Amino acid sequence: MSLPNKMAGVPTQDLPTPDPLSADAPLPNPLPRPEGELEALQRVWQTPRGWRFPTVVNNNWIGVLYLGTALLFFVLAGCMALVMRAQLAVPQNDLVGAELYNQLFTTHGTMMMFLFAVPAMEAMGVYLLPAMLAARDLPFPRLSAYAFWAYAIGGLVFFSSIFYGAAPNGGWFMYPPLTSKEYSPGINADFWLLGIGFIEISAIAGAIEIVVGILKNRAPGMTLDRMPLFCWAMLVFAAMIIFAFPAVIWGTILLELERAFGWPFFIPERGGDPLLWQHLFWFFGHPEVYIIFLPAAGMVSMIIPAMVQARLVGYGLVAMALLGTGFLSFGLWVHHMYATGIPQLSLSFFSAASFAVSVPTGIQVFAWIGTIATGRPRLQVPMLFILGFLFIFVLGGLTGVMVAVVPFDWQAHDTYFVVAHLHYVLIGGMVFPLLAALYYWAPSASGKTMSKRLGTFAFWLLFIGVNLTFFPMHISGLMGMPRRVWTYPEGMGLELWNMLSTIGAVVAALGVAMVALDLLRNFRVSNGAEGNPYNGGTLEWLPQGNYAARSIPRIHSREPLWDNPDLAEQVRAGRHFLPNTATGLRETIVTSPIEARPQYIAIIPGPGWAHVIAAIGTAGFFLSLTVEWVWIASAFGAVAVAAVLWWLWTGTDLGPVRDSVAIGGGIRLPVYVTDSRAVGWWAMVVLLLVDGTTFSCLAFTHGFLWLVNGDAAWPPAGTALPELVVPAVGAALVAASAVLLWVADWLLRRGHVIAMSVAVLAALGLLLAGLGADLAALWETGLRPGAHSFGAAVFANQFWQGLHAALVLVMALYLAARAWAGLLDPTRRVTFDNVRLFWTYTVVQALAGMALTHLFPRGLGG
Amino acid sequence: MHHSVLSPMGPEAARIAELSWLLFLGGAAIFLLVMLLLALALGGGPGVRRRLGARRAILAGGVAFPVLVLSALLVHTLGVAAALGLGEPAPLRIEVTGRQYWWEVRYPDREVVTANEIHIPVGRAVELLVDSGDVIHSFWVPSLHGKIDMIPGRVNRRRFSLDRPGVLRGQCAEFCGTQHALMAFFVVAEEEAEFERWLERLRAPVAKPEEPFLAQGWQAFGQAGCGACHAVRGTPWAGRSGPDLTLLGGRLSLAAGTLDNHLATLAGWIAGPQDIKPGNRMPAFNTVLDGPELRAVAAWLESLR
Repeated sequence: MSLPNKMAGVPTQDLPTPDPLSADAPLPNPLPRPEGELEALQRVWQTPRGWRFPTVVNNNWIGVLYLGTALLFFVLAGCMALVMRAQLAVPQNDLVGAELYNQLFTTHGTMMMFLFAVPAMEAMGVYLLPAMLAARDLPFPRLSAYAFWAYAIGGLVFFSSIFYGAAPNGGWFMYPPLTSKEYSPGINADFWLLGIGFIEISAIAGAIEIVVGILKNRAPGMTLDRMPLFCWAMLVFAAMIIFAFPAVIWGTILLELERAFGWPFFIPERGGDPLLWQHLFWFFGHPEVYIIFLPAAGMVSMIIPAMVQARLVGYGLVAMALLGTGFLSFGLWVHHMYATGIPQLSLSFFSAASFAVSVPTGIQVFAWIGTIATGRPRLQVPMLFILGFLFIFVLGGLTGVMVAVVPFDWQAHDTYFVVAHLHYVLIGGMVFPLLAALYYWAPSASGKTMSKRLGTFAFWLLFIGVNLTFFPMHISGLMGMPRRVWTYPEGMGLELWNMLSTIGAVVAALGVAMVALDLLRNFRVSNGAEGNPYNGGTLEWLPQGNYAARSIPRIHSREPLWDNPDLAEQVRAGRHFLPNTATGLRETIVTSPIEARPQYIAIIPGPGWAHVIAAIGTAGFFLSLTVEWVWIASAFGAVAVAAVLWWLWTGTDLGPVRDSVAIGGGIRLPVYVTDSRAVGWWAMVVLLLVDGTTFSCLAFTHGFLWLVNGDAAWPPAGTALPELVVPAVGAALVAASAVLLWVADWLLRRGHVIAMSVAVLAALGLLLAGLGADLAALWETGLRPGAHSFGAAVFANQFWQGLHAALVLVMALYLAARAWAGLLDPTRRVTFDNVRLFWTYTVVQALAGMALTHLFPRGLGG
Repeated sequence: MHHSVLSPMGPEAARIAELSWLLFLGGAAIFLLVMLLLALALGGGPGVRRRLGARRAILAGGVAFPVLVLSALLVHTLGVAAALGLGEPAPLRIEVTGRQYWWEVRYPDREVVTANEIHIPVGRAVELLVDSGDVIHSFWVPSLHGKIDMIPGRVNRRRFSLDRPGVLRGQCAEFCGTQHALMAFFVVAEEEAEFERWLERLRAPVAKPEEPFLAQGWQAFGQAGCGACHAVRGTPWAGRSGPDLTLLGGRLSLAAGTLDNHLATLAGWIAGPQDIKPGNRMPAFNTVLDGPELRAVAAWLESLR
């Protein structure tokens, strides 16, 4: 291969012995490998068979199941689109009535967003990331499996609601007051709020796994700037989920509280405002679009170099562009609200920000064009889909600039022009790259390429079909056709354009069918796929077994397989790090987040039922709440909590099962660490970022409703807040619980485990007493959540603090039980550390919450 | 009938249409340019491909070019947006309230109320104030101006004028429930004198008709309880939860753009509104009124012009 050899070794001159990660050092492990080493590795990573198959956690299986389920929902939601196109083929059609049509478009949009696009990308992450990073698996495989099962079960039940007329019918954006109890009394809206609510939880679980996996599970020497761009994209993707999804989760909590208990967040007569929902929804909803697009862009940046056999031009620029897009996308949400009467000055700001986001996208498009120019393009199926992507996505991006223009958007907004735009962007920007990825990476799972003939045929059907469906919609929109209409009148000149769209939809559907046929005929998952048919340069093309790569290579460049043609053979022979199972359990090397230097060996849980039962419990809990089966929901909830505890008890914090192990190259690593090196610590920190973002949305709710009502009505006349002394005592008790945790830490360090558990339970008492005192004082004054948005906001705050108190309660009891069971000691203390992290956060949040309730209104001078 | 963004009937819509053409042509040119570069990357000569593959090309195409073009566009569109802003006061004020699934129209300075049809004198600056009586709707007449949302608890404003007489179609643009699709209305642009005559007719109280068949309709209208929801100016019936029916016979459509307006469609609507527009608020009257009564009510309402 005539590629420039950019071997960037780790500097070694200062070290007495060569750094085992440097390219000059000998390979970490010698030949021959000991007898039975490979067999032991295979045995440990074996996937369960038969009736135990649902317990599988290996990422290659969960990834494929996850992706398959997402594709199933894509097809189902696509069928709904076909019914809608049939209804709109001619004016004044009565194939489906208004009510069914409204359920169809709501469910279509919701499923495509929440059940297809985001899960499909998480699936690709779960499937590809360990292989690209040369990790044995992601750090929390049961968490991925839990996320998958909760999503699959919940998603199927959600989908089936269309068959008994209970599907949501208020649009995927669910604007109140249309979705309030008054205008949507049925359970349809609840299906959306609760059904989607926990699919969001599943998405967050996946995002935590992906962030920690990318930052902590890279192959030794794979510094951040040698990381494949797909990993960069997935890192930004997961970070965006962490900061965007809390807004919609908080919004759905508020709307469900309003629907179920009459707390008037969105009812103007009682101090609420429908626009509060729109801000929360679009603060999530706009980043959501980039959440879907960025991983796809990452895939494109992986596939093009392989297809043209040249390194990506402008790696650093593209990585910066991914970060920049993620950052900017949080400043655009108001561009969905240009017509709501927001002042012109704010609109100008959001218009400028919307323009700005086209710069990072422009960088990527030109980097891809440049890469194609430097290489030798091969028109294989993945490349066809990439070219189709560029055509469709660039067109959609340009109409995106158009709708960022305020006066134009006043016309185009909520018309078929926007339907055209968003499908160009999402199909072009996500579906085409995903299909390219499917054809490109299928051999890594099944060992053989899919059919070139069927793939080419599918590409042309899809390319023609998509353009034929959506291009005419620009025109019908400009001619006055709004979105979300189940019918349209004759004589407006819309007949031709709608008929073309319907024909196009059928053509595109045939294309999807062709891909499905190809998958059925040519795709079988096999453990141990070999070969690199497209000659990719990154680690997922190493020979793989159920244990992923036999040994974990040390990395010196971005395309190790191009720079070291012998690497695949070395890895397979077991000459790199950790060619065995050092502890006799599933394990992977944990590395430092930036330099990727080995830190410790993390033991990874294997197959189990606990997370599967937890997923069933979680899905059952939310779905039974939807249909108001409170007792059954409680039972499911209890099952979920019990299963999670069982899962934690048996699968986490195993302690130092061995002192340390050698992974080769003279490196010995501990198998148990307790500080900020531990993946569990990282996961907890990421979870707290989610939590903190949700609390920020809570604070935003207070601030927004205050602005709507004005100083004088915050609190409204006649509402008295309790004297400050009671909440002050409450705050002191809450703070004291955190102090007591430090005492517990001191006791644990000295080995007084039982005394520690007493201190923890005492701290629990203080926390509950403090929060309880605050709640009681508020209730005493006669403040109620239903009367005015002020009370609603205050009690939403109380609800959130109460939820945390409940979690701390469970954690404290769990910690005490671990202590009494002898599973906690001065060394084995990860459980204690993680509980303390969460607890400390809860205390800080409770104090901030009390300030919001008691000090903020007083600070207004009222 | 005008219903397209690209067939403007007044200066505001014309300005946006002009901006739209700029965007379409500019967008098309950039699209063709990018596709040309892609084609060159795939099959161009070695010199061109080497230049496209340089880091400089990414910075030029991905940063410099969009920053330049978009900065210019931003300045231009802010100018257009400023010109579309709210100007001096004292034009003709019109208030429109969106309701599931029809439009209440008020001329507060003239103290008249109508529904689903807005008459506007050409050449006069109009200040439109919109709000909602239930859920969020959006007021959109493409040939008039961009859309503006009707949000409960808020009043939004737009200012516009029309250049020439004609009929413009408008439609609700924010999904508002089951029959969002059947929530249209018409704007009638007419000369000042004609507009004033229309206002006069709208303001004149409706008297009980002399003609016996129409009088029978008047009577049946009252007995059936239509006045609980509908108002007819000058009569005892002053309900506000349904559209005002004064001058109903003169309107261009029935049920907010759902049906043509004539005797047969009106009688059919009164008899079975839930068959025609399921989910709207009007109950069926086929069991309340018998055939002759139904025809009489329809005939009387059609006579209000």
